[in-house]
Formats: sequence, C-alpha cells, structure tokens
Amino acid sequence: MFTESKRVKLLVIYYGALLLWLGTTAMHIPDGYLSPVTCIIMFLVALPFWIIGIRKMREKLNARSVPLIALLSAFSFVIMMFNFPIPGGTTAHAIGATIAAIILGPEPATIVVSIALLIQALFFGDGGITAYGANCFNMAITVPYIAYAIYWAFSKNQPLTSKRRLVGAFVGGWTGVTVAAFFAGVEFGIQPLLFHSANGTPLYAPYPLSVTIPAMVIPHALIASVAEGILAALVVAYLQRSNIAVLEAAEKPAVLGEAGGFQKLRALWIVLVVLIIASPLGLLAPGTAFGEWGSDELASRGLGYIPAGLQKLSGLWGAPFADYNLPALGNVNLGYIFSAVAGIVIIAVVVWLFSMLLTSDIRSKKSEH
Amino acid sequence: MQTIQSTSDSHSRRRNILEQTLHGITEAIEHAVFAEQISANAGFFQSLDARVKVISMLALLIGVSLSRSLLVIAAVYLLLLILAWSSAIPVDFFIKRVWLVLPFFTGLVVIPALFITPGPVLVHLPLGLVITATGVNTVLFLLLRVSTSVSLTLLLILTTPWNAVLSALSVLRLPDVFILVLGMTYRYIYLLLHLANDMFLSRKSRVVGYLSTSDNQHVLAAVSATLLGKSLDMSSEVYLAMVSRGFRGSIITLKPFKMRAKDWWWLSAFLAIAVVVIIMGR
Repeated sequence: MFTESKRVKLLVIYYGALLLWLGTTAMHIPDGYLSPVTCIIMFLVALPFWIIGIRKMREKLNARSVPLIALLSAFSFVIMMFNFPIPGGTTAHAIGATIAAIILGPEPATIVVSIALLIQALFFGDGGITAYGANCFNMAITVPYIAYAIYWAFSKNQPLTSKRRLVGAFVGGWTGVTVAAFFAGVEFGIQPLLFHSANGTPLYAPYPLSVTIPAMVIPHALIASVAEGILAALVVAYLQRSNIAVLEAAEKPAVLGEAGGFQKLRALWIVLVVLIIASPLGLLAPGTAFGEWGSDELASRGLGYIPAGLQKLSGLWGAPFADYNLPALGNVNLGYIFSAVAGIVIIAVVVWLFSMLLTSDIRSKKSEH
Repeated sequence: MQTIQSTSDSHSRRRNILEQTLHGITEAIEHAVFAEQISANAGFFQSLDARVKVISMLALLIGVSLSRSLLVIAAVYLLLLILAWSSAIPVDFFIKRVWLVLPFFTGLVVIPALFITPGPVLVHLPLGLVITATGVNTVLFLLLRVSTSVSLTLLLILTTPWNAVLSALSVLRLPDVFILVLGMTYRYIYLLLHLANDMFLSRKSRVVGYLSTSDNQHVLAAVSATLLGKSLDMSSEVYLAMVSRGFRGSIITLKPFKMRAKDWWWLSAFLAIAVVVIIMGR
C-alpha cells in the first residue's frame, strides 16, 4: 500500500508520537492498553515476588516491618512526585526503587514500591488497576532486583564511604529502569500481535514490537533511567556524608538478612523471568525450533523415511497442550503464551516443592541444635 | 503525570524546578481534599456500601477491558456519566478531568495508527496518506477503553472516602496486614509531602538567582535522603508507639460496614450489568 520511502517517513512520525506517549504515561501503564490475558499473566508473574517479599519481611523484621514498610512506601510515593532535573534541560520522575533496594534489599523493596504503585493507581489514577501486575513487574520487581544485584557487585567488600558504591548505585538504577522500559515495550508490542478483532483491528495498544521496544527503551535510557541513577547515587553520597548509620544498617545481616537460597539463585530467577516474558517473541520467528520437528516435518525436511521408533513413540504421549495450542482458547498465539507460562509454572512448582522439602529438613536440624 | 518536559528556555526551567515540585505536591494534596469533599456530599453512589462500589467497579472494569465492541464500551461510559450526575459530581468536571488529561496524550500517540493500520481505505489525504477504517477503529478502541476505565476509577475515588475504599479491599481477601500497611502509607504520604514541601520552600526562600542543574540535583537528593532518614527513624518510633498501645503483630480491624437490602439490590444490579457488558462485548 505504501512505498518504501513513505514507510520510512511514517516510521519517523510513529517514533515521534510514541516519544510523546512515553513522556506522558511513562512506565505507568493505564487501563485499556493491555489485554486482560496479558494483565492476568503479569499478575501471575508478579505473584511469587510478592510472596517472597512478604515472607522475607516476616522472617527478618516481623511486627516491626509494618510501620517500616508503610513509611518507606510513603517515601517511595513522594520520590515519584519529584521533578528530577537531568543534564540537557529536561526533567524526569525517578521511581526510587533503587534506593529502596539498596536500603532494604530487593525482596522488601518489591513490597514497598508495589504499595506505592497501588496507592497511585487507586487514589490518584496514575497507572491502571488491571495493569497493576504489569506495572509492578516493571517498576517494583525488575528495577529493585537488577539495581540491587549491580549495586552489590560494585560495593562488595568496599568500605561504606567508597566511591564505588556511588558508581554501583548509578549503574544499577540506570540499568534497572532501562530493562524495565524494555519489558514495558514488550508488553505493549505483543498486544496487536495477539489481540485483534476478526478484521485485524488491534483492540489494545496498536503498535508492534519493532516500534514499542525502541520507543520505550531509547528515551528511558536517555532520560528517566539517568534520573533514577543520578538520584540513587546522590542519595547514597548524601547518606555517606551525613547519615552513614542508614547505610550501615543496610549491611547488617540482622536487618537485611543473610543470603538465603533465593538470593543465591537470584540471577537465575531473573533470567527465567526474562525468558518467560520473551517467550511471545518466539511467535515472531518463522518455522519450528531446531530439533523439535514432528515426524511429518522430518519427512518434509528431506529425511526420506521416518525412524520406526519415532513413529511409534509419537503417538505415545499426547501432550495436554499439543503444539502449544489450547483449542479452548481458540487462538494459536494465546495458546502459545499460555503453554509457556503453564510450563514454567509447573517446573517452578516442582522445584519449589523440592526446595521446601530440602530446606525444611535443614531447618528442623538447625532448630534441634 | 508528565515525565519528560523538553524545554526551549532552559534558564527559566532551571529556576522553576523547585517550584514545579512544590506545585506538584500542592496539587496532589488539593486533589485529595477535593475528592474528600465530594465523597462527603449526599448522592446516590455515596450512599452505597464501599464494598458494593469496589466490586461493581472491578466487574465493570473487567467487562470494559474484555469488550470487543465499541458500542458496549460507549454504553458503559454513558452509564458512568449518569452515575456521576446522580452522585452530585459536577458532570463537566467528570468529563474534563478524563478527556482533557489522559486520552489527550493517548490520542496524540495513537494518531499514527490511523494511517498505518492496514485495511480498507476510508479517506484519501494529500501526501499520499490514507486513513483506513481499521485505523479509525483502533484509535476509537484505545481512546474509549482508556477513558472509560479511568472514569470508573475516578467515580470510585470521588464518591468514597479513602479509608472506606481500603477497608472494602478486605472483601477481596487481601490480608489484613496488607490493608493496615496501605492505610498507614496513605496517611504518611501526606506527612512526608508536608515535610518535603517545607524543605523545598525553605530552600527556595533562601535562593537568590539561578541554580544549575547539578545544584538542583543536589538539593533534590538532599531532600530525598533526609526524607529517607526521617522515614526510617519515624518507623521505629511509630513501632514503639504501636507496641505501647498493645500492638503484638496481629491485627483486629473494625468492620464498620453493614450491607443493607439496598446494597444487595444494587450489587446484583451492577453485577448483572457487568455480565451483560461481557456477553454483549464478545
């Protein structure tokens, strides 16, 4: 319908408009941009992190955690209202998740930022209620975990007043928000692919991944991520000068908790979540994954015969989600994503049960001593 | 709400950063006070049990987000306007608050979709641009869905005191601890906003001339860090205060609500509407 040069021109308009979009909604996704299925999946993805956060608080802080979490959530909310200037004459809002993660550790920071986001959504109309899971995943989970891991990598075994901590806080905040922007881009971008009416009208956010990912990531990397990074670094610097007790408390295992099973495996968990989120991208790749050809596909791939054993076996196991498709959902793409999530959930539950069995054994031994 | 503001006149902007933040804080407090005032008015929605409102609004929100029909979403919006009118909310305010802020920006963003979405051509424009029917549909869907969803939340906030909304959340089986924390957070937000306001104001009143970007950054970081320190200190004081009043970690909440016949009636009415919305919207 369009010539190539016009397409390029239109793409430029596209990106311009999307920058505007970003400038206003930022990462607070309102209701109506994401389909209900995406919303439910994002709630499910966020759920384990909430449970872990609450359990962590109960273990380490118990009753004391109620006012602590309340006040830090209020703090996080207030930080989100500051217009933070960055070089170049623009201002942006920081999330404050990096600071919360540095002070409390990532698990409680998730709870703190989630509560601030809930109050924004419920009482200030900032960010949608159905999109709450997605918003929490982006801002209350991605940012604290990534920022904390990076901050920690920089400041391990460093004195409290080390300059490396400032660098760690900046790099952590910047990376955390940039990755969160990437996830938001993915969440927007899969909408037109998966959810459209019979005649192809996109029902929710209309732009494809090729547009939404750069449109979210580039401006955030240049503006909002910088704000988050600089604010985190300057706050750490201020604490180093005038309130070192706060940083000291953050180092104490009594407050922060020693590295538990989850913490050790944190990097792996993050990668796993990234993969879940990225699984819809598989829809974009044509063909079947290498080595996953069915027996009929093997034949069409030039394998003159089908190994007899394979033919026998292929009827043996009728997968519940054959070809990653659920007929009930009536949509191949939906089925694909559902299968991905269901698969991960099943694996996660099995692993979790195992680890529960193992750790309860260890715990009971510990309590005997 | 605005995140990125590009500036032509960086000087005046730099001078205004503290003012902007002050303005934002004052506005948030004003909004809350305004909502509190309206929720104290005598009106239809104010007279309902908060739990009825929370469940009804959630059901309608789900209906709107599932709908594949523009007419159905428009009908829900119309219903909201009637509800707002019957609840002593100025209708022009109710419309403007949504249509002037959120979808205005959403609208700007969604405009390219008019031209880009492939489909039957509706209008030919100069420069070889065409508006497609599917494009128009996409734009209408996003605009209507976003504005109706936002209006739903707005109606709830404007007609229900915040503490009633929080207690009503307990019907969603949220743990009591969570609701306690939410309520405390809401209260302390205003305290911290006042503290931040004072710090900005006192700083601003001592500034003559321009602050550079990096000066401004340091002011904001210092305010943030001071707030953080205060929050942490206060949290242990609040904890001690709670303990001295008998807090042992378990929470007993007062349930001030009592469902009356009227509440049940309207709850079933709204749920029926939500079901109709979901069925009609398929």
